[in-house]
Amino acid sequence: MELVCPAGTPAALRAAVDAGAHCVYCGFADDTNARNFPGLNFSRAELDSAVDYAHARGAKVLVAINTFPTAGNEGLWRSAVADAEAAGADAVILADPGLLAHAAEHHPDLRRHLSVQAAAANPDAINFYASAFGVRRVVLPRVLSVDEIAAINREIDVETEVFVFGGLCVMAEGRCSLSSYATGRSPNMNGVCSPPEHVDYSQEGGDSVARLGGFTIHRTHKGAAAPYPTLCKGCFTSEDKTGHVFEDAVSLDASALVPRLVNAGVTALKIEGRQRSRAYVAQIVRAFRAVTDALDAGRAPPALALARLSEGQAATTGAYAKTWR
Amino acid sequence: MQRDGKDLRIPVILSVPMQILPLWPVSAALDLLARSLLRAHPEILRRIDKYQNHHFVLDITDLPFILQLDPARAGLRAFRRGAAPAGDARIAGTFAAFLAMLHGVEDGDTLYFSGALQIEGDTSAVLALRNALDDAELDLSAEIASALPALSAPLRAALAPLERLTGLHLRRPAQEVY
Repeated sequence: MELVCPAGTPAALRAAVDAGAHCVYCGFADDTNARNFPGLNFSRAELDSAVDYAHARGAKVLVAINTFPTAGNEGLWRSAVADAEAAGADAVILADPGLLAHAAEHHPDLRRHLSVQAAAANPDAINFYASAFGVRRVVLPRVLSVDEIAAINREIDVETEVFVFGGLCVMAEGRCSLSSYATGRSPNMNGVCSPPEHVDYSQEGGDSVARLGGFTIHRTHKGAAAPYPTLCKGCFTSEDKTGHVFEDAVSLDASALVPRLVNAGVTALKIEGRQRSRAYVAQIVRAFRAVTDALDAGRAPPALALARLSEGQAATTGAYAKTWR
Repeated sequence: MQRDGKDLRIPVILSVPMQILPLWPVSAALDLLARSLLRAHPEILRRIDKYQNHHFVLDITDLPFILQLDPARAGLRAFRRGAAPAGDARIAGTFAAFLAMLHGVEDGDTLYFSGALQIEGDTSAVLALRNALDDAELDLSAEIASALPALSAPLRAALAPLERLTGLHLRRPAQEVY
């Protein structure tokens, strides 16, 4: 079982490797990256050094080039693939069919993973990406149950990777434009669900208020647990009812389900959080490495207590084991 | 210590004398520190990028003064509470929370989720600063010793007792403490 861990900065990558990551994923500091936040991500030179650091310690590096190229601007995405290969990356994580075709044709020896942004959630779609573009691994969307993942794995020949901790996307990933309605930007084209330039935090009376694009997403008492202002996890009032429309302000924690995911045929466990610090990365990676080590040794995995690190300081097993409202 | 730095405050034995400190030597020392630190870690300014000209208000809630960081001019100044300029972005929390975040002991988002840190103003600028400082893997005690060599020896001698007295993470842990 492979543990695939996030790194938003070279320091976070070193923290992940030192904490026991088998694999680290990262991206360039531009629009090719679905975690395109201020102050984050890698220059070409930083990626070169990061790959050397990881390889020297037996870890792999995957480069996420997982947004969708804009017309007339494909060169930015194509050069990102070429630069990832030149740096010695072990694979690229791609979502766009055109970019996948380009990578398959021009970089045939560079391993290709299908990003969750491609939203391939059934065997037909996955087999198409495998046969058309030589995709070797698919990152499954966070909307499938464990039984559905097992059913998919029975009908495909490529590896599957699933999210086990961190931000929980409840939409068809790569298709969601919800934030565009509030901000004019979307994760698919600009790499962020809640663009920070549209996020506003303020203290009003005894409350902490978080807004996105001028819309109030959360209002919590000062000092109480507060989440990110993400539209799909916002608290809204409609007529006389106030509540979370799509999902509560929680994060995914599927640590208790790892043995079932293994039995379902999953190859790799992914931790979300390239926007988080090196402290977060080290702590989560170390905890999940204890889980994979226990399973590899035939022991029961330890129970993890990671809720305080989660958005809203609350966790869910998401669609893996959930009865939806 | 409380891991989120929410309840740990600078002891009165230290905070009361700070209230009568004149601010000019504090600002002069902070300026020296900022200049030295940014010279030693040029990648910080590269990551802060277009927010270099922003003014960041660092409201360390258990200090009697408020700090304002001006990255482009490598300036760090102290202001009396009530006399501090508004700035483009404000980050507020205890000294314990700031130190734990700076030294890679605590995650900034976790501190925010728990209410130990509050931010206001330009969120993009705050993220850029937070990410730049996190990547720099700073050790504040080492940076102070480098910026103010005269303090190096007494600082080294006082560090461990001060950490015991205050419970604060005054330096980057030699080993991960998670």
